[in-house]
Amino acid sequence: MATVDRSHRLEHAGSAAADNASSGWADALHDWTTTVDHKKIGIMYVLMSLVFLVIGGVEALLMRWQLFYARNDVLGPSVFNQLFTMHGTTMVFFVGMPILIGIGNYMIPLMVGARDMAFPRLNAFGFWITLFGGLLTYLSFITGAAPEIGWFAYAPLTEHTFDRNAGTDFWALGLLISGIGTIGAAVNFIATILGMRAPGMTMRKMPFFAWTMLWTSFQMLLAIPPLTAALVMILFDRQLGAHFFDVQNGGSAYLWQHLFWFFGHPEVYILILPVFGMVSEVIPVFSRKVLFGYEFMAAATMAIAFISLGVWAHHMFCVGMSRTLDLYFAAASLIVSIPTGIKFFNWLATIYGGRISLASPMLFAFGFLSMFLIGGLTGIMLAAAPFDFQLSDSYFVVGHFHWVLIGGTLFGTFAGIYYWYPKVTGRMLSERLAVWHFWLLYIGFILTFGPMHISGILGMPRRIYTYDPSRDWEWWNQLTTIGALVQTPSYAIFVYNLVTSLWKGKPAGDDPWDAWTLEWTTSSPPPSYNFETEPVVHSRRPLWDLKHPDDPDWQYE
Amino acid sequence: MTYPAAELPIPPEIAPERTLSAAQWGMASFLVSEVAFFSTLIVAYVTFLGRDTVGPTPAQALSLKLAFGTTLCLVASSVIIHFAEAALRRGNHAAFKVLWAMTIALGAAFLLGTAFEWHDLITRQELTISRNLFGTTFYTLVGFHGLHVTAGVIAMSIVLLLAARGAVAKEHDTAVQLVSWYWHFVDVVWIVVFLVVYVGAKGGTA
Ligand SMILES: [Cu+2]
Repeated sequence: MATVDRSHRLEHAGSAAADNASSGWADALHDWTTTVDHKKIGIMYVLMSLVFLVIGGVEALLMRWQLFYARNDVLGPSVFNQLFTMHGTTMVFFVGMPILIGIGNYMIPLMVGARDMAFPRLNAFGFWITLFGGLLTYLSFITGAAPEIGWFAYAPLTEHTFDRNAGTDFWALGLLISGIGTIGAAVNFIATILGMRAPGMTMRKMPFFAWTMLWTSFQMLLAIPPLTAALVMILFDRQLGAHFFDVQNGGSAYLWQHLFWFFGHPEVYILILPVFGMVSEVIPVFSRKVLFGYEFMAAATMAIAFISLGVWAHHMFCVGMSRTLDLYFAAASLIVSIPTGIKFFNWLATIYGGRISLASPMLFAFGFLSMFLIGGLTGIMLAAAPFDFQLSDSYFVVGHFHWVLIGGTLFGTFAGIYYWYPKVTGRMLSERLAVWHFWLLYIGFILTFGPMHISGILGMPRRIYTYDPSRDWEWWNQLTTIGALVQTPSYAIFVYNLVTSLWKGKPAGDDPWDAWTLEWTTSSPPPSYNFETEPVVHSRRPLWDLKHPDDPDWQYE
Repeated sequence: MTYPAAELPIPPEIAPERTLSAAQWGMASFLVSEVAFFSTLIVAYVTFLGRDTVGPTPAQALSLKLAFGTTLCLVASSVIIHFAEAALRRGNHAAFKVLWAMTIALGAAFLLGTAFEWHDLITRQELTISRNLFGTTFYTLVGFHGLHVTAGVIAMSIVLLLAARGAVAKEHDTAVQLVSWYWHFVDVVWIVVFLVVYVGAKGGTA
């Protein structure tokens, strides 16, 4: 067998010690708040997201408590409205996007062989403004009450006439400024991926995660600014007496829905494309095979990024658009399933015949594959306009998108975190706790969101704070709440594992998974400058080439 | 078992890729996001065009003559900034500074024109942002464009200050190039606004 010539490696163990030169809490705090290192910023993004994940989770549990019994009145309608508004807003803007941006921030420069992101100070600015956006949104509680508008903030609920509290202003301002941070991150990713790749890493030799982050960033560039503009319109309506969504003076609630969903639909792909990239890194390594059909996967990613910009009004079938528009948006939405299907079959083909290891990252990748499939299929059902007429705004829809966002985004993100945690900390996570985390989440998740599909088909509308006992929804709601309670300890186990493995985990070494991309050529954790010498790349698996100089990949690509 | 070095395959030479620099990609993608932003404001303007029940309408309130003048300022500034860049490329720093200063002056003239227009609209036509849908969408669209012009004038003034201190590189300077990309973009947005808002208002259809 060929042996790895360690002298070729670009590692620099011991440099991590230099990073610890600062002593004491004050120095550490100063260090972290002023850092422009993409790795520290990435970690802060992920930590921020985890804190907001707990907050959003508690909001969900409170809602499940309220819905456990028919005619329950522990929360009341107003608090319930505030909770689902903040839960949705939190999970999309302050958990989903920042956790993916954070992982991208840490990994992308390492994976493309760069020493930092293209604009380190813009990067730091993006993180802090995202965090302040989150805090500002939560400040709305101090104004008396959080907004009762839903995360989609349908007009005219956001107008001053219907909401005289300042909560909506804080909410809009919070999303607006965190959106500016997101655009900054997108600009940074594009500049880094297109302008700072290591010599030899052509567009066709990029790690697949970098390719998906590139197209995610492209979608952010086109989807976030319309939301920013629409939020400005809300603020102008409320503060300056403008009339954009002021229906009593000719404004249009319909315009808001178009603008919001023009952002809102690509947003779900912003939340899933990076995850496609992460599992496309994990599945090959744990199947010991190259990614099947790289070019088709790449083309499918691009296709999704473009097509999903033109399908937004499938969220509006019940608004009363014309039949032509219904037909177009239904057909366009169904077309997205083609590139998504291509991806799915390519992942299966990568696994097929592989030497599969069921280590924690792969376990979660399997969780992703199985659950995302089901979420995708209910998505196809809802894209058919006549079906949607029946089930729009019912719990079926709630079940569907949680299936995609948790079964898809969250499971895939966990796969990524279990995969890269050893690189970031130098320690392995406990596999035993990971198995507990996985199965509690998997079973709890199915138990929470499976019954929602049925209560939805039985006619339960979403966003209601209670229901009549005669409707036979109680049993399904109780199952859902029990499912949520099963899920809850899984998150606690995950956080416990993250924290205790920092010192209890067994040392990871540079390349614990015997992987193939550039980040694994550095020490764990990587030195602040990432690479001492600029790496040179000849194939999609540069580390394979180093380990197997007798049989390098570039001979076959 | 190890292989003798002579038998190892030798990787092909790496051909250097010709692409934009990271800074250029950054500015280009920022401008793409700006296109999405202004498109949204224009969509809002067009959506509400002619739906007002209270005046003034665009045809009553807007002065095409004034807008034509301000448009000329911006278009001329775009041409001049192009020559400023060309002068820098030839290494003619003195010409660069003069042309760059002229661009700033034209940008400032545009802003003055807008200020004059808004003063007239608010005091004589009684058109405010809360007056009607036209006021709402007009001030938002033109206001955000004006904000971008202001940012451009400030950025260009900083570059001029740097140039006066001799901090602008000969032949090629990234800051100069990126600021001028931004300025061209602000110009193109204005041409669309001019056609949709001002020419549209007097075109008889609105
Ligand atoms: Cu959608």
